[in-house]
Amino acid sequence: SCHWTSTHRLIWRDVKNHECCIAMPLSQILLFEEQAAGIGKSAKIVIHLQATPANKEPGPYQHSKYSFIKLSFKEHGQIEFYRRLTEEMTRKRWENTPASQPIPIGTGSQAGRTRAVGIVGIERKIEEKRKETDKNISEAFEDLSKLMVKAKEMVELSRSIANKIKDKQFGLRSYLLSMGIADPVTRETHGSGTHYHMQLAKQLDDMLQAPLEERGGMMALTEVYCLVNRARGMELLSPEDLVNACKMFESLKLPLRLRVFDSGVMVVQLQSHSEEEMIASALDNVSDKGSLTAEEFAKLLGLSVLLSKERLLLAEKMGHLCRDDSVEGLRFYPNLF
Amino acid sequence: MHRRGVGAGAIAKKKLAEARYKERGNVLAEDQIVQMSKQLETFKSNLEEFASKHKQEIRKNSQFRVQFQEMCATIGVDPLASGKGFWSEMLGVGDFYYELGVQIIEVCLALKHRNGGLITLDELHQRVLKGRGKYAQDVSQDDLMRAIKKLKVMGSGFGMIPVGGSYLVQSVPAELNMDHTVVLQLAEKKGFVTVSEIKDSLKWEKERACHVLDHLLKEGLAWLDSQAAEEAQYWLPALFSELTSRDVTPEEANQMTP
Repeated sequence: SCHWTSTHRLIWRDVKNHECCIAMPLSQILLFEEQAAGIGKSAKIVIHLQATPANKEPGPYQHSKYSFIKLSFKEHGQIEFYRRLTEEMTRKRWENTPASQPIPIGTGSQAGRTRAVGIVGIERKIEEKRKETDKNISEAFEDLSKLMVKAKEMVELSRSIANKIKDKQFGLRSYLLSMGIADPVTRETHGSGTHYHMQLAKQLDDMLQAPLEERGGMMALTEVYCLVNRARGMELLSPEDLVNACKMFESLKLPLRLRVFDSGVMVVQLQSHSEEEMIASALDNVSDKGSLTAEEFAKLLGLSVLLSKERLLLAEKMGHLCRDDSVEGLRFYPNLF
Repeated sequence: MHRRGVGAGAIAKKKLAEARYKERGNVLAEDQIVQMSKQLETFKSNLEEFASKHKQEIRKNSQFRVQFQEMCATIGVDPLASGKGFWSEMLGVGDFYYELGVQIIEVCLALKHRNGGLITLDELHQRVLKGRGKYAQDVSQDDLMRAIKKLKVMGSGFGMIPVGGSYLVQSVPAELNMDHTVVLQLAEKKGFVTVSEIKDSLKWEKERACHVLDHLLKEGLAWLDSQAAEEAQYWLPALFSELTSRDVTPEEANQMTP
């Protein structure tokens, strides 16, 4: 929108030709009102004017049969404008302070120059900045395309080589991983350990001992992901990095295990917390209370609902618990059959 | 007299066996390794150059990120596969998406007891933006979707269900098949659905409708309003905006960080 109001004037400027301006003293305004937008019609503010004063400067028109002008707001702004105009019309600052220099109506007039720099100068800077940003973006896109062409060649070469080698050495796997190329044979970027993952696995063992103890020996992989990445702050692990590292626990003889439940939920588990213990604890707690839901069990043990549910399901699977599944919720009872 | 064992003959034989083995492609040949290393070095320096000029662009501009991701997909590369990958190390794309993953998990966890583990992409977007604070980079829905795709591999049931022109994000391993999805889509407009509506729109038998609705109730994804005027209404908190405008409470926030 190219309307704005100063403390003394209502000003309009041509979008295309920034040095073409029309100004009108606010003192000429009798009253103004909003006209809502309609279908095919933009929102408007109608300004009713007083009779022309004798000392009026020449303007775009000599005569008009109308005693009002309409400001059209094609792309919003009318609310803010209305508010501003109301404010200025209320304060009537033009009555107290003289107007500053006139806005240039023509081009190249020296007298108007100083005033023009203020407003036009700022607008020009914004315009330049935008052009520069556009230029940056288009340069970035161009460079990106060139980069991708080179990357593509590499990827094709790597794939054709990797396709022939079924038993991938560590080095080859690391290379594929760094490029982000899925193993063409297994189609996975995870499930393939590298030195990096071995190191990670050991780091995880250190990091997770205490938190696991606090949580009854088990944590969902998503919990681990958040814990580890929050601690790292940068150079974060990808979800696949985490899964790959956890898959190496057993082969590295670390006391942790990655475990997948029937539901698909993946957890990291302390090896010392055996299956039997977990099931026994579930059975004990359920027998003690008569019956338990996953939420209730979670509260008892201080575990997440997700993992409590998995434990109860496990105990059920082993035949120690049975369920009552109603719309009230899923409740587990000791299996007395 | 012939020597047995070690000797020129035995060595030649060994070399032949090695050559045959390599030929069968079971091991990378020397020159292949050299070739790949050279290419890798060249590529790394290209990537470094690109990064030095445009790393900021990727972090600031979501449109650019979309372009970047699509181009990578075209050439068959997953820049987010590993934090150790060149793409994530040099361009910092990894950290951007992996951190977003953490924020998504936390929001979903905090709201799970309210909505059963189902949330609209819009609401997730709003809440993530809020959590990031006003000085953080802008994050688009495309960014969220890519981060969610990556989270799937950790097995906690992350997925997206197309509904009403956008998506519902699932963050629990509840089994949702086509029947469930279709009912969710039906419920999208009003935030609730009735058995009659399902029968009328989808032409199902009452039993099938009830079976699906029961499952949604059991999974905590739907709440039953049996006091409703004509017929029982099944409300989906994920779609019911009045409930979801509440801020996360301190108790819920405790669920978030381990």
